[in-house]
Amino acid sequence: MSDTIKLHYNVSPDDFTRAGEASGDVKSKLKKMGVSPEAVRKVAIAMYEGEINMVIHAEGGYIDVIISEEDITMILVDMGPGIADIEQAMQAGWSTAPDNIRSLGFGAGMGLPNMKKYSDYMDIDTKIGVGTTVTMKVNM
Amino acid sequence: MNFTHSVHLDKDKCMGCINCIKRCPTQAIRVRNGKATIIPEFCIDCGECIRICPHHAKLATYDPLSVMDDYKYKIALPAPSLYAQFNNLDDINIVLRALLKMGFDAVYEVSAAAELVSELSRKYIEENMDKRPFISSACPSVVRLISVRFPNLIEHILPINAPMDIAAKEARRIAIEKTGLPSEDIGVIFISPCPAKVTASRYPMGFEKSDVDAVVAIKDVYPVLLNHMKNSIDDEEEMLTSGKIGVSWGRSGGEAGGLLNDSYLAADGIENVIKVLEDLEDQKFSNLDFIELNACSGGCVGGTLTVENAYVGKAKLNRLRKYLPVSKNHLGDKTPENAYFDKEIPYVPVFRLGKSLKDSIAAMAKVNALCEKFPGLDCGSCGAPTCKALAEDIVCGRAHERDCIYLLRDYIHRISRQFSSLDSLSDDNGVYSDYSKIDYEEEF
Repeated sequence: MSDTIKLHYNVSPDDFTRAGEASGDVKSKLKKMGVSPEAVRKVAIAMYEGEINMVIHAEGGYIDVIISEEDITMILVDMGPGIADIEQAMQAGWSTAPDNIRSLGFGAGMGLPNMKKYSDYMDIDTKIGVGTTVTMKVNM
Repeated sequence: MNFTHSVHLDKDKCMGCINCIKRCPTQAIRVRNGKATIIPEFCIDCGECIRICPHHAKLATYDPLSVMDDYKYKIALPAPSLYAQFNNLDDINIVLRALLKMGFDAVYEVSAAAELVSELSRKYIEENMDKRPFISSACPSVVRLISVRFPNLIEHILPINAPMDIAAKEARRIAIEKTGLPSEDIGVIFISPCPAKVTASRYPMGFEKSDVDAVVAIKDVYPVLLNHMKNSIDDEEEMLTSGKIGVSWGRSGGEAGGLLNDSYLAADGIENVIKVLEDLEDQKFSNLDFIELNACSGGCVGGTLTVENAYVGKAKLNRLRKYLPVSKNHLGDKTPENAYFDKEIPYVPVFRLGKSLKDSIAAMAKVNALCEKFPGLDCGSCGAPTCKALAEDIVCGRAHERDCIYLLRDYIHRISRQFSSLDSLSDDNGVYSDYSKIDYEEEF
């Protein structure tokens, strides 16, 4: 059986200064592995958006990343409020981000649409009051 | 791609300390056998190691002033940062006249070519708005950094040659026309603030061959020039060929300012540059037309071959340009012959751990396992800048686990324990058996 790399990151809530650290680390590892620039770009953007979402909406959580020869799987797990209407949340420009977050330049309503755009597979499993798990895959 | 560099080591002065390995932004330096060595393919010529070395063992490679003797007709190409080196200078003409007095036959200001590059850039950006943001290609360390580490950003590099190269070609053309001498008798000599320009002139990135024949250091020219400047003050000859835009290229923000466009970002200092490139790669900026990046803090005035403090130099440039016209150079109908890149900047994945994806995944798994074993102190005692870098070196066959002094200590504990247990076994008169009771962890 060929190797896979498993990485685990905790995403701390309400700390914008650290948001993007996990996706940054994955990006640098993928480059060292010679993954195609296109795939690196897709993972970096999709995961960054997901990571930011977890900080803004869900008080953090954790991310598991599994890298195999075929694809890169990112599983983003939070215990946040859940998404009431996924279809609405997927619309570009639709956001529930509070004003203080928007003033930082976030909350443009492009998070989920970009995650969808830059991943080859995306699944959202959400339950109101329980949390959300987003699984994304980017092919090698 | 060529990995010859313009940094070299004075072995006698190198103490094998960890200052340079810690400072290097691409983790290109290791201490091996007590001396710093550069992994050439990782080095981007930024000059940080030259700056930090407390023993002055890291030296820039450039040509001595005597290189002027190699040519019948010598042209000085002063970088705009040269003008920022002098106290109380209020007229750039004094510097230019002194260059002739010190033995140059002609002067072609790089700042004049810079004004053409500014105009070319304005046009190019306007015509290619769909590909923005454009990243400046003027700093060779930045271009090299992108080519080894940011493959997704290569397409954003502004494909216009640096002012030095455009100035060199034009200066040579004028000289041949004027003197009738064959090209090899003409020496185009760049007066440089930084060693990265040496590498850039010998191994250009966006085109085949540079017209720059030699690169001398501002700090070497400075004392010679000072003497001649004293005798040039009262001369009347007007030699200045550049305006505000060209002169401003010598400091951070100058190139961007020349675009006459507010939609830009200018970052300087290699660590800041890397942060901007990372964010750019993650598409964290929108609506920017231009990104100016300089490896040195303050821009070219902060180069390692300059004399003056970068920020004092910046202030001096600002004062010098005050009463200059905005620009003295305009494209008119003719575009310089070598205005644009004629070669693509390649992606050179030098940091890759394995030859194939499969190898790389296996290598990364080993790196992660090794990192678990290491103490994570990043102490540098092994000669690598971080525990992770050592792990990568080991996986790539460049180092050994026991280069880590902590693992070495554990190893010594283990074998000493084995020795002492042999002792206690072989000697039952009670004298040596006490060794087995020593708590070695405590002992160390």
